[in-house]
Amino acid sequence: MGGRHSLLLEVILVVRINGEDVDIGGKTVAEYLDFAGYDLKRVAVEVNGEIVPKSQYANTVFKDGDSVEVVSFVGGG
Amino acid sequence: MIPTKEEWMKALNDRHGIGFQKKISLATVAICGLGGLGSNIAIALARLGIGKLILIDFDKVDITNLHRQQYKANQIGMRKTEALQDNLKEINPYIVTEIHNVYLNENNAMSVLSDADIVCEAFDNPECKAMLTNFVLEKMCEKYIVAASGMAGLDSANLIKTRKISKRFYLCGDEVSDIKDGIGLLSPRVMLCAAHQAHTVLRIIAEEWKEGNENEQ
Repeated sequence: MGGRHSLLLEVILVVRINGEDVDIGGKTVAEYLDFAGYDLKRVAVEVNGEIVPKSQYANTVFKDGDSVEVVSFVGGG
Repeated sequence: MIPTKEEWMKALNDRHGIGFQKKISLATVAICGLGGLGSNIAIALARLGIGKLILIDFDKVDITNLHRQQYKANQIGMRKTEALQDNLKEINPYIVTEIHNVYLNENNAMSVLSDADIVCEAFDNPECKAMLTNFVLEKMCEKYIVAASGMAGLDSANLIKTRKISKRFYLCGDEVSDIKDGIGLLSPRVMLCAAHQAHTVLRIIAEEWKEGNENEQ
């Protein structure tokens, strides 16, 4: 009968990043980009279709079900 | 014999249809960087009879540009803005252009891009690409950005694609082929990516500006 209890303890926050489900709910954008090895000067990040200003990377926290696009530019033009 | 403006417009209207040509003729497009991408985007849009092009580059034509950029040997040493403007007017004598010989950055972008409906990111430096994309999406919420990433090397032409990232943000290229890896930039693949960008501009114009709201542009 402890089902509800254990459910609360095992909250998995899934965020969809560039088309793949990733369990990184609760991390900030800055923490995720650092963890994934992105160069902050080369990226643009959108959450649910809205740009995240670079000044907000450190205090924007991913929420369950967020749809995220991280565009990392390569050189050439 | 150079055609008159009336003859020129009639030819465009006959090809594209009066309604669609009117939309194209009302659009102002900024091209940021006039290298392999930007010079090719500009020529495609000039042929379409785009309303106005804002051409932005700080650099001069160099012999090392001629393998992929739309300049001529006798233009080496000219400012790219002026050389490209000359070349566009040879193709379309009635094209309206505005040129800016500046290194675009967060301090001047607001004023340089102010008249643009659609911004094409055509830089080669990835940090400049990211800066401009972030700037337009953060600070210019009524404009579209058509950016490019990944067009170097000899990989298949079919890997160059266009993705709609969000309502105002389109990305063209294979997203991975970096200029620093391997053989560098080759004319046909860069032209493919530039063509994706120019075509995306055209699709935005076609879809976004419906009949009846031309006066808002």
